[in-house]
Amino acid sequence: MADTDVLVAPNILEYPYTRTVGPVLGRFMTGLRDGRIEGIRASDGRVLVPPAEYDPVTSESLDQFVEVGQAGVVTTWAWVTEPRPPHPLERPFAWALIRLDGADTALLHVVDAGDESKMATRMRVRVRWRDHRVGEIQDIACFVPEEGQ
Amino acid sequence: MSDTDTVEPVRSIRAPARLEYRFTAGAAQSRFLRHLVEGKILAQRCPQCGKVYVSPRGACAADGVATREEVEVADRGTVTTFCVVNVKFAQQVLTIPYVSATILLDGADIGLMHLIQEVEADQVHMGMRVEAVWSPPEERGPTLESIRYFRPTGEPDAAYESYREYV
Ligand SMILES: [Zn+2]
Repeated sequence: MADTDVLVAPNILEYPYTRTVGPVLGRFMTGLRDGRIEGIRASDGRVLVPPAEYDPVTSESLDQFVEVGQAGVVTTWAWVTEPRPPHPLERPFAWALIRLDGADTALLHVVDAGDESKMATRMRVRVRWRDHRVGEIQDIACFVPEEGQ
Repeated sequence: MSDTDTVEPVRSIRAPARLEYRFTAGAAQSRFLRHLVEGKILAQRCPQCGKVYVSPRGACAADGVATREEVEVADRGTVTTFCVVNVKFAQQVLTIPYVSATILLDGADIGLMHLIQEVEADQVHMGMRVEAVWSPPEERGPTLESIRYFRPTGEPDAAYESYREYV
């Protein structure tokens, strides 16, 4: 290597954070571990999924948990053509906002549709659980299109 | 049926962050790093303000001009400021407490950050004179780790006036 060549080296920063989740998200995560999806009822009657600790309008504490369905509707989505190492799937997939049955807000997650042409706003999708669940959002491996679409 | 009554509820999640960079040293810093292999500390002088930068970045941040003149600076200098590390973190190599310091090398106009060893952490102080402890030549590479650490020289402390501009 000539003396004039510029040196290049990998520089990797890693922060092994553990985050405490609090009582509301803690219960949501516990539900996921048990294969259940729980939202929370807001003061205006809406069901928020994932649950919020405080009412988005009145700011009061919320504690009325509501179990919602394991399938729902894609409200918007973006197709990832070339997944990168930290992504949940190694093949092309969609990031999507999914409004589960019984919920009034949408959850950001992954749709494993195989091909972009299978994706559509308002399509129905269903949860695919991970085999070994530990109580984190990745316990939902992804959502998949409902059969018969 | 739910296990939530009998199993500990979830209280925390793993949320690691990982940032993968490819660091390009640039021409000036690459020459600096290669000189470390020879046990030399290479700096650059600004043609406008005359300040000597180490490690050199090829330009003066104050004047915005290229710094082409290369000068060698000493491998000893003065502690201008320092930090006693008392907190454990992942991949920590040294045992705590240890000291990370900014060292104004003789002939330089900017501090270099490095470790201070061979002295108790609570003895390190501003103005302390220190010298580089180099790795054996065969273990050196184009990295600041070719200097293992700095240690006190035993000289009298530098006068505050001599480094006040650099604190
Ligand atoms: Zn200058």
